[in-house]
Amino acid sequence: MAMLEVKGLSKSFGELKVLNDISFSVEKGEVVAVIGPSGSGKSTLLRCINQLERAGGGEIDVCGVNMVKSGEKGRAVYADSRTLREIRLKTGLVFQNFNLFPHMTVLRNVTEAPVCVLKKSKADAQARAMELLKKMGLEAKAKSYPCELSGGQQQRVSIARALALDPDILFFDEPTSALDPELTGEILKVIRELAAEGMTMVIVTHEMAFARDVADKVVFMEGGYIVEMGTPQQLFGDSASERVRQFLARFSDQ
Amino acid sequence: MSSEQIQTLAKLMLEFIPPTMKLFGFTLLYSIPLGMVAALLKMCRFKPVSWLTNLYILIMRGTPLLLQIIVVYYSVPILRMSSGCPKWLSSVLTGVDIQSDSYMFRMVLAAFVLNYAAYFAEIFRGGIESIPKGQYEAAGALGFSRMQTFFRIILPQVFKRVIPASSNEIIILVKDTSLAYAVGYMEIMYIAKKQMSFYSSLVPLFLAGIFYFAAAAVLTLIFGYIEKKLDYYK
Repeated sequence: MAMLEVKGLSKSFGELKVLNDISFSVEKGEVVAVIGPSGSGKSTLLRCINQLERAGGGEIDVCGVNMVKSGEKGRAVYADSRTLREIRLKTGLVFQNFNLFPHMTVLRNVTEAPVCVLKKSKADAQARAMELLKKMGLEAKAKSYPCELSGGQQQRVSIARALALDPDILFFDEPTSALDPELTGEILKVIRELAAEGMTMVIVTHEMAFARDVADKVVFMEGGYIVEMGTPQQLFGDSASERVRQFLARFSDQ
Repeated sequence: MSSEQIQTLAKLMLEFIPPTMKLFGFTLLYSIPLGMVAALLKMCRFKPVSWLTNLYILIMRGTPLLLQIIVVYYSVPILRMSSGCPKWLSSVLTGVDIQSDSYMFRMVLAAFVLNYAAYFAEIFRGGIESIPKGQYEAAGALGFSRMQTFFRIILPQVFKRVIPASSNEIIILVKDTSLAYAVGYMEIMYIAKKQMSFYSSLVPLFLAGIFYFAAAAVLTLIFGYIEKKLDYYK
């Protein structure tokens, strides 16, 4: 069963079509990298899947549960709010600018959702949170506030926060774009580890080397379309698409 | 004035501090929650509600508090005497004892609460709107309900952000309580003015001034302390 199935997804902001007929799927344990120039709709795609934007049309299924499907005239018809909530808990999202809760300690950032949303006991949530923070190398920072951490540390907290809900699939929206190269390495290392553990992930990124090395599947987007999709070898080796070769040429020059 | 006279005067004026503080305290008690409600109504996506709230805020901020106090206070006796007043309303209003102290306090308080809620509404709205969209998105992605998001994620951050503007408003309120003397509410300014005429002296006003100054100073210290306490995050 596919963990994520997107079929014919479209989305417009007014007149501007930002997503056109997007179809792809993610299998369990797969790591999918979404690459492409800025403004190509990568983030919007992620935001539609994570219910931060409403899809215009098409179909999205998460872990076999239908989230949105095409109704009459191709309009998007969403599932009832209970199903949408259920799906939300299956997905985790890591933002470009972390979006940690500044008024809570690192520990509380990680435990708040398990306690309030999953109704876990505080002790259980804290034990799990400490486990995750340890994994992120941040157990010493549990009592700190986000403003006291570096960007890389903040991003690791936000990954721990997303993992605390035990999502079946984890999405990253340019997780390293707000970080300098050194801190970027820190985050990529964490994502690599998650990949090694078999976590299903979709990562929107500008880190080409990372996409090539870690992803099982690479999706290249431009102008709201998927231009090409395939294994890293296919795209980075000798892409059939002129545009993909051109985009990646700049990267291989480095 | 002799020092004995000043002592007697000071003792007398002290008795007027509780009613002043009472007006101050109850105004805060009601106008802060009402202000929060008004802020949320103003941000309501259903436009007529938003417009009505806006109109209320516009009127409250657009006319003097002194005028509002007088209008609210005299509305009952004047309305019930007017010929255009519907029967049911005039019968309700006739039952009100406008001579009582409780009537006086309630009417003055109502005017203050309505006025201050409008100012607080704008402060709170500004605070709520200043919270980055990402906070809502992160909360949503983690499965928080809208209520949980507002009360657990947004409101605590709003609280910190509105402290400076609110403290300003609250310090102004201490001094604004003096406007209640216009309808005869027995607060500090009321007695100061009376004693000024009685002694033909400015000392009563000076003492009143000391009271307001001291109250404002204490509030400044309190808010400074709160701001410092909340300084642990940015």
